[in-house]
Amino acid sequence: MATSALELRRGLRRAERRRNLGGLVLTLPLVAFLVVFFLLPILGMLGKAVENHELSTVMPRSAEALRHWRGLGPPPEEIVAVVATELKEAHARRQSAIVAQRLNREQAGWRNLILSTARRLPEAPNGTWLSTLVALDPAWGEPAIWAGLRRAAQPWTDIFLLAAVDLARDDHDAIVRAPADQAIYLDVLARTFWISGLVTLFCLILGYPLAYLLASLPERWANPLLILVLLPFWTSLLVRTAAWIVLLQREGVINDFLVRMGLLAEPVALVFNRTGVLVAMTHVLLPFMVLPLYSVMRGIPPALTRAALSLGATPFLAFRRVYLPLSMPGVAAGCLLVFILALGYYITPALVGGAADQMISYFVAFFTLQTANWGMAAALATILLLASLLLYWVYARLVGIDRLRLG
Amino acid sequence: MQGSGILGRAALWLYAGLVLAFLVLPILVIVPLSFSAGAFLHFPLPGLSLRWYERLIEHEPWRRSLANSLFVGIVATLLSTVLGTLAAFGLARARFVGKGLVMALVLAPMIVPVIILATGAYFFYQPLGLTSSLSGLAIAHTVLGAPFVVVTVSATLGALDPTLVRAAHGLGAPPFLAFRKVTLPIIAPGVVSGALFAFVTSFDEVVVALFLTGPAQRTLPRQMFEGIREEINPEILAAATILVALAVALLVVAELLRRRSARLRGIAP
Repeated sequence: MATSALELRRGLRRAERRRNLGGLVLTLPLVAFLVVFFLLPILGMLGKAVENHELSTVMPRSAEALRHWRGLGPPPEEIVAVVATELKEAHARRQSAIVAQRLNREQAGWRNLILSTARRLPEAPNGTWLSTLVALDPAWGEPAIWAGLRRAAQPWTDIFLLAAVDLARDDHDAIVRAPADQAIYLDVLARTFWISGLVTLFCLILGYPLAYLLASLPERWANPLLILVLLPFWTSLLVRTAAWIVLLQREGVINDFLVRMGLLAEPVALVFNRTGVLVAMTHVLLPFMVLPLYSVMRGIPPALTRAALSLGATPFLAFRRVYLPLSMPGVAAGCLLVFILALGYYITPALVGGAADQMISYFVAFFTLQTANWGMAAALATILLLASLLLYWVYARLVGIDRLRLG
Repeated sequence: MQGSGILGRAALWLYAGLVLAFLVLPILVIVPLSFSAGAFLHFPLPGLSLRWYERLIEHEPWRRSLANSLFVGIVATLLSTVLGTLAAFGLARARFVGKGLVMALVLAPMIVPVIILATGAYFFYQPLGLTSSLSGLAIAHTVLGAPFVVVTVSATLGALDPTLVRAAHGLGAPPFLAFRKVTLPIIAPGVVSGALFAFVTSFDEVVVALFLTGPAQRTLPRQMFEGIREEINPEILAAATILVALAVALLVVAELLRRRSARLRGIAP
């Protein structure tokens, strides 16, 4: 009797283990696929935000010497000598451009300083190496370029991450505000959050009453109307964006209509500006608000509101005290989802926005594809990723990860 | 009291109607414009013609980009459907440490901004020879599509009554037969609608395509993106109209699947 119970338990445990193992084996292919083609590329890309190997690759002895040098102003002559000779060698190997490019990230204009110096450096110093360099360009007598070289000599750099929040390092390596002409990223970040917030608000204002009505209808009525919500959801993002350009442009359908009705004296700019971005993004993201709202509202028993009414509450009070609190999980789910998705938007603002409406994704793409400033692209991507993951975590805690359905 | 209730209801219908119009009308407005005989995007139309559709068919870049998009879409759909369905089964039956983390990883591609994946792929698909290649794009699209399959299959699996399978076993069906005759028909709608999602995701994806493709691998969305950025013309609207027709077709299929799935699970349609 006792042994059979023990055997049974052991058998059950074995079955359970087999089941778990089977489950793991089935899950593994996707997990491995995502690790290789999703997780590792993203982690590697984030690494580029702090990568700093240019100087130590092209001018290893200079990097080594500068790394240990402390102080302000031109370093001792032996370090200057190493830098000058290696710069000359780098030029001979046609690699001085790599260093010039890296130094240009520290301060615009240093590309020229490095390239022209490398080109004109003599074989032997004219007096000291320092005076030779200063004779080529007085900037070599200033502390700034040497502090910049020292920063480029470190194994890692934080200048891109700092620049992404409008900070920089001065000649003492202290963290300071970035110069005004480069301090644009906090603005971009604030704009990204502001546009996402407004779009979320508009989606809620438009979506809540619609979801409320749909949830109060019998299903055979609600389902066909829901299909109207789903149609834009299945339609290409580019099609919807193109449609808004056609509607909103100066010679577009809406301006045409308003002018013909006499409501406008002449066409107004509705697209390639903030209005266009807000309208198009609200349109694109609205289904993501309506669907979670609808699914939560469907679950609210109508009897509760009826009970409040029969107890003497006005319809407004019954809505505010009973229905609204019960629909809050849907509001939270919809708002978080729309906000998270809006944060990463690139295509819609790029097509219907103006220069002042571009969000953070635009700058990631710009630095990657146009200027090959990969450190800056990675730093901005890091910030965007952190913001999205933080909100994803809030969503998982508040709504539950298993409720994540985009369709 | 009664009167104000009806009035409120009417106002609600009106508001909801306007919101629905806001959702649907902009998409429909491009359809007549694509049949315009003129080159301007104005109403009233100067006349009807199919000239923009003819241009679309004759124009080599459109044909090539359509072929590219179909290839990438089909490969990505097959891969994400297989990987996603297996994972959904695995996640449904196994209990293991770190399952929450695995779940978070599997669903993350739906939440992580596409630009992040695009930049990562731009740098790190290169050593694998997967940049400027349709295979690389198909792999990135599999990353984006697989979570949809996991979600839709998991939903049908969650609704699968385990007593049905047990009943099949009890009636003497070997495991594979029980799977084929009971489990599979019930989850099939979930698998197919997940596959549809994966296909649409790939077929509509621009951002990764901008990062991973060269001129020879131009996809349909990329072709459209560049067209819209230059100057929007009826030719683009003709392509857009075809895509709207595709969306409607896919939506109808998805809706039919949803009803079938509900019926099979014993829920009234």
